Amino acid sequence: MNIVVCVKQIPDPAAPQSLDASFNLDRSGKLILDEADTYGVEMALQLVDKAGSGEVTVVSMGSGTDLAGVRNALAMGAAKAVIVSDESLRGTDALGTAKVLAKVIEGINPDLVLCATESSDGYTGTTPVQLAELLSLPSITFAKAITVDGETLKVERQTESGYDEVVSPLPALVSVTAGVVEPRYASFKGIMAAKSKPVETLSAAELGLEGVTGRAGARQEITAVVAAESREAGEKYVDEGDGAQKIVAFLESIKVL
Amino acid sequence: MTISNIWVVVEPSSASLTTTSLELLSHARSLGASVSAITWGDGASNAAQAGEYGASTLYDVGDLAGALPGVPVAYAIAALVDSLGAPDAILLPTSYDGRDIAGRLSAKLDRPVLTNVTGLLDEGGLVTEHPIFGGSQTVRARFTGEGPGIVVVRAKSFAVESANGAPATIVSASSGDTGAAGAAKILTSHVEERTGPKLEEASVVVSGGRGLGEADKYALIEEAAKLLNGAPGASRAIVDAGWVPYSHQVGQTGKTVKPTVYIACGISGATQHMVGMKGSKNIVAINKDPDAPIFQIADFGIVGDVHKVLPALIEALKARS
Repeated sequence: MNIVVCVKQIPDPAAPQSLDASFNLDRSGKLILDEADTYGVEMALQLVDKAGSGEVTVVSMGSGTDLAGVRNALAMGAAKAVIVSDESLRGTDALGTAKVLAKVIEGINPDLVLCATESSDGYTGTTPVQLAELLSLPSITFAKAITVDGETLKVERQTESGYDEVVSPLPALVSVTAGVVEPRYASFKGIMAAKSKPVETLSAAELGLEGVTGRAGARQEITAVVAAESREAGEKYVDEGDGAQKIVAFLESIKVL
Repeated sequence: MTISNIWVVVEPSSASLTTTSLELLSHARSLGASVSAITWGDGASNAAQAGEYGASTLYDVGDLAGALPGVPVAYAIAALVDSLGAPDAILLPTSYDGRDIAGRLSAKLDRPVLTNVTGLLDEGGLVTEHPIFGGSQTVRARFTGEGPGIVVVRAKSFAVESANGAPATIVSASSGDTGAAGAAKILTSHVEERTGPKLEEASVVVSGGRGLGEADKYALIEEAAKLLNGAPGASRAIVDAGWVPYSHQVGQTGKTVKPTVYIACGISGATQHMVGMKGSKNIVAINKDPDAPIFQIADFGIVGDVHKVLPALIEALKARS
């Protein structure tokens, strides 16, 4: 079973974030593998293991040259990576990203494509389904459990009130939630092995996708960034055994009690 | 160009359309537009409700024969765009199926999509507002190419206001052949048992985070919520850790809540979380770290050990009931 996992390298979410002069997220610092993607990588590794054959390919798009995040996925156990990376991709929207990923994945022709439900930096949350449509694949989003039985995929998909059991033939695309599996940490051996695993780097031009990517291809623009209505910090007390009583008094003051 | 024609995807939910669907209908109408709605499943039984909130026509994709809604509903909308021409915008609720439909439709029509929208303005054309960096800043955006622009709106962005409209006229809309893309089918639906008010609708929400220390301690959150006739919520950290189901999650990837009071227990206040609860009328925070970001937006903060303050609060509430 061959599985493609789409991953994104993002600025460390714990670091302060800012927009650059053209309203793009500042990506000049160190990039890391989006934690949301580690679940897909782990799920893919487990499914390939269970199938007894096949491999996991990591596919990523970005504007930078930093590959630490992708190396991390390889260190976890993915066999190889295909990166589409060049400066012209800066400002690409969700649909443009899906077009790039689709072009790469068409050439790999996997049995299953896994994505996170959304990236932690842009969180548009539509790229997986746009990708599925471009590839003419069925898609199941918000998976909390995945099993494969022969040619049939079975997924527990989160719903407002619980979950649905959904079945689909393969090939298919699934977006996974955090918690679908517990991602492994890359071992020292894995980190060393990742250094010699194949990483193919392509440009948008090489894929014939100039024009549909970048800011020009996005067909949407940010017109302004304004400060949101801010909340002021209110009263703050150090608990000296009376914290609960103080909360009760506050709840009374706002007539909740 | 002003906005004259908006389509709204309205989601069926048992005997009614979802609240977010009604929020979108109400706001679309307030923009002065002619509003049409699109639904599926037993949604057409709510034509009176769709009409009351402003839709003149309700396009009904009908029974999906077990298919997930994303593909068939998007294909039906694409067919409507082909036959009727593009509206100025297509609005969808931020929900599991809403996002699926938006993504499918975007790729099918080759039109861009704007998501996480919390404001929609008419400035001679549609302008969208999106909270970024935990809601500390707002991005305004617009579509620059040929329409229809596809807009996915977060829950609770707009008020629900009846237009006292007549029932919408139901018009059947076909998805046509959905091919391989439409092959995923729902076998069974599992409904989690739930007591008390729904998280999105509760006037009191008591939420727990990593500061609780271990999964068992979430019982304290549930007990406090029950005593306040509220709903228990959770940060992403403890949902990811598997302590509580995803349906409890408040934040960017979870639910948006705007209760009368939100009580954050052992939640530090990641931007991810704040965007989902910042609109609460009052915010109470209990955290042992005096510098936790949650205190910057809390109306009332207790710097203390949640394992001491929360049990004491539960005892105090019990003593009153």
